Amino acid sequence: MAISVTMPALSPTMTEGKVAAWHKAVGDAVAPGDVLAEIETDKAIMEIEAVDEGTLGKILVAEGTEEVPVNSVIAMILEEGEGQDALDAAVEQAPQIPTPAPTAEPAATPTPTPAPPPVTVAAPSVSPSMGRIVASPLARRMARDAGIDLSTLQGSGPGGRIIKRDVEGRPATAPGSAPATAPIAEQGVVEIPHSGVRKIVAKRLTESWQTIPHIYLNIECELDALLETRARLNQRADGAYKISVNDFIIRAAAFALAKVPAINVRWTDTAMHQLSSIDIAVAVAMEGGLITPIIREADQKGLAEISVEMKDLATRGREGKLMPEEYQGGSFTISNLGMFGIKDFGAIINPPQVAIMAVGAGQKQPVVRDGAVAIATVMACTLSCDHRAVDGAVGATFLKAFKGFIEEPLTMML
Amino acid sequence: MADQFDLIVVGGGPGGYVAAIRGAQLGMNVAVVEAEHLGGICLNWGCIPTKALLRAAEIHHLLHRLDEFGLAADNIRFDLGKVVKRSRAVAKQLSDGVGYLLKKNKVTVIDGRGRISAPGKVAVELDGKPAGEFTAPHIILATGARARTLPVFEAGGDLVWTYREAMVPDAMPKSLLIVGSGAIGIEFASFYSQMGADVTVVEMLDQILPVEDAEIAAKAAKAFTAQGIKMLTGAEVSQIKKSKSGLTATVVTKDGGQENKVDRMISAVGITGNVENLGAEDAGVTIDRGHITIDEWGATGAAGLYAIGDVAGPPWLAHKASHEGVVVVERLHGLDDTHPLDTSAIPGCTYSTPQIASVGMTEAAAKAAGHELDIGRFPYVGNGKAIALGEPDGLIKTIFDKKTGELLGAHMIGAEVTELIQGYVVAKTHETTREALANTIFAHPTLSEAMHESVLDALGKALHI
Repeated sequence: MAISVTMPALSPTMTEGKVAAWHKAVGDAVAPGDVLAEIETDKAIMEIEAVDEGTLGKILVAEGTEEVPVNSVIAMILEEGEGQDALDAAVEQAPQIPTPAPTAEPAATPTPTPAPPPVTVAAPSVSPSMGRIVASPLARRMARDAGIDLSTLQGSGPGGRIIKRDVEGRPATAPGSAPATAPIAEQGVVEIPHSGVRKIVAKRLTESWQTIPHIYLNIECELDALLETRARLNQRADGAYKISVNDFIIRAAAFALAKVPAINVRWTDTAMHQLSSIDIAVAVAMEGGLITPIIREADQKGLAEISVEMKDLATRGREGKLMPEEYQGGSFTISNLGMFGIKDFGAIINPPQVAIMAVGAGQKQPVVRDGAVAIATVMACTLSCDHRAVDGAVGATFLKAFKGFIEEPLTMML
Repeated sequence: MADQFDLIVVGGGPGGYVAAIRGAQLGMNVAVVEAEHLGGICLNWGCIPTKALLRAAEIHHLLHRLDEFGLAADNIRFDLGKVVKRSRAVAKQLSDGVGYLLKKNKVTVIDGRGRISAPGKVAVELDGKPAGEFTAPHIILATGARARTLPVFEAGGDLVWTYREAMVPDAMPKSLLIVGSGAIGIEFASFYSQMGADVTVVEMLDQILPVEDAEIAAKAAKAFTAQGIKMLTGAEVSQIKKSKSGLTATVVTKDGGQENKVDRMISAVGITGNVENLGAEDAGVTIDRGHITIDEWGATGAAGLYAIGDVAGPPWLAHKASHEGVVVVERLHGLDDTHPLDTSAIPGCTYSTPQIASVGMTEAAAKAAGHELDIGRFPYVGNGKAIALGEPDGLIKTIFDKKTGELLGAHMIGAEVTELIQGYVVAKTHETTREALANTIFAHPTLSEAMHESVLDALGKALHI
């Protein structure tokens, strides 16, 4: 019988995804390894490949459909010799009960899973229903158009029925469910629908800003010794690597975290989670959003290794091609806007991390050394700490350690 | 008689007596103060007796169409006295029925004119003499309204009727001038025209039935004109002269003045609230242009004092008054599931031939409110039952918000539309969308199928046209 292609779980936490594009059309032959479709998740676009040979028999979820639940059937592949009958039977029996999401390394090989035992409905239902909601047809229609989850509303009609006035003027509840066709009457305004990345950035940052009490600690580091070391190292690289200032910063931050493990933690409402591995996330701008690829165990990696890895991650990150495990997790984030000439700024914490360091540009400026004015290249760093987890003194200790490594880079070579 | 109540309702019309019954149902000790007849204008001098008259006119009209149906009768005539007598008997039966209902619900009826004498007190006067003072923590003013008159009409003396005189004519006027083309004016025009009078209607605005949708009003004007009723819009009566045989009214239109010699004139230029001698203003109630100002719960702003129905402003409709009465009582009793009256879903009916009925916004109002519209139209000529009834003239117009599918308004003209409108009122009250209505099954063969087709037409998929 026909083989179901389901929405893969590309990460342990993924519950739904967007079918960004179909690479095969109905009737196309497919061979194992062929790219069937692109799935857009929270932070990345992933390709799903065919594992079976056959013909793409039916596409059940159209390109551009958002919030498709994991494990719902998105397409059917017909095996050799199978015809419309097999397709009908399969569509009829397409499973809606999610199979347990794969746990270990979920994203490495996202493949269509074979159809679990037949259950009932075929069409992928997008919104999970939570019991019967009493609402007028008009209220339902308006809520649907505005992307409002009816279950979040209080009905003011007879018997608590949700009516028009309960829906009017309410903001959309589910991010991403507002229709792309929301009308804008204003002239000269072009509507650009939010990408999945944009939505998740907005949601996470809003949540962080609204729930985390941020404190900011600022320190200035002199870079001259570091720049000299960097020049010397790059001179003998012979093209094998080209270490950037940022690579030094990653390593210095990793060393500082090793010295001050109180910052290498995650905050949860019930307990602090101390992390054993030092995984540094680095914010990378990409079109329409932001992604934070991670240098795992950065304290265990040399500058050249960090440099090469970072370049690869940043390139693929900008293209939206990172695997979820390459950007999810992380114990600390660095956001560097020095290349834009930004002197100093504060960043918003990426929960459940408890700190993020905003790095400004290294600029030549007068400093007072031994009672005399001298010229030094100075870089301002601002550490944003979640005050629930990190007190000012702890943050300050971290910055002091970090400054030490930056200003005496040889200590990082130990 | 005990003089303390939980609730006193001043006025026993369709607003007041319904409020009283609802209060009694909720366990309150209720009194109704009524100056004239239980049932108010509606039962005694309005809705009900006019329907009895119009029924006679309708039958009379059909008798003149017998040949169409293959029937014949000779010597068709009527006895006006009997027609009026039947109308009065119908009114009496219903008014007595209200008395019975109040008694059954143990509501005390106090005869006389009520007035707020102090906070929480109603003084009653009967035949000019004090007839007691009664107290209650809650008082509802439901004193209704009366015909508005224009000074110019006074010159006509008793030859200028209001609805009261028009309802009990002792002789058929040969010619009649009706000023005002709202529901009251048009119903009398229809009655007297079908009973053989030469009728002219004068309307100040450019459209007859000013509150109705312009398209429906235009169809109505055409139908009435075809029946021989003369329609003068954008017109005013500037002068009235009484003569031996009747009166001469000067009607001014944009084309100048013209003199109309008629036997009688009916003034139907609107109504004004019965707000005088109520003690309302002393009690702290605001009166604006002849009506008591209330909030959505009928509260006047004075503690424990409420107002409902015609005295509290338009639309002057019995069903609006009754509904307000129930809302006020349930609210003051503290019922949880009480909701203010939805003013967008109050139907209005005119029982002329053809009938006119509507609910919600007109096309013009919907456009003015900024809606983008999907409009459905279906003529009776496409409806099997209408053809069988011999009533092929009619139109059902439905107005939807293009975006949400909300039923914004429905406007109908034709046979029995006053009964049909309720289908749309239910739909509108329950916020049924265009699609939900389209998915509703309508019985065949009924006039109501035209309602379905109108909705389908709004969706661009009407079947029988």
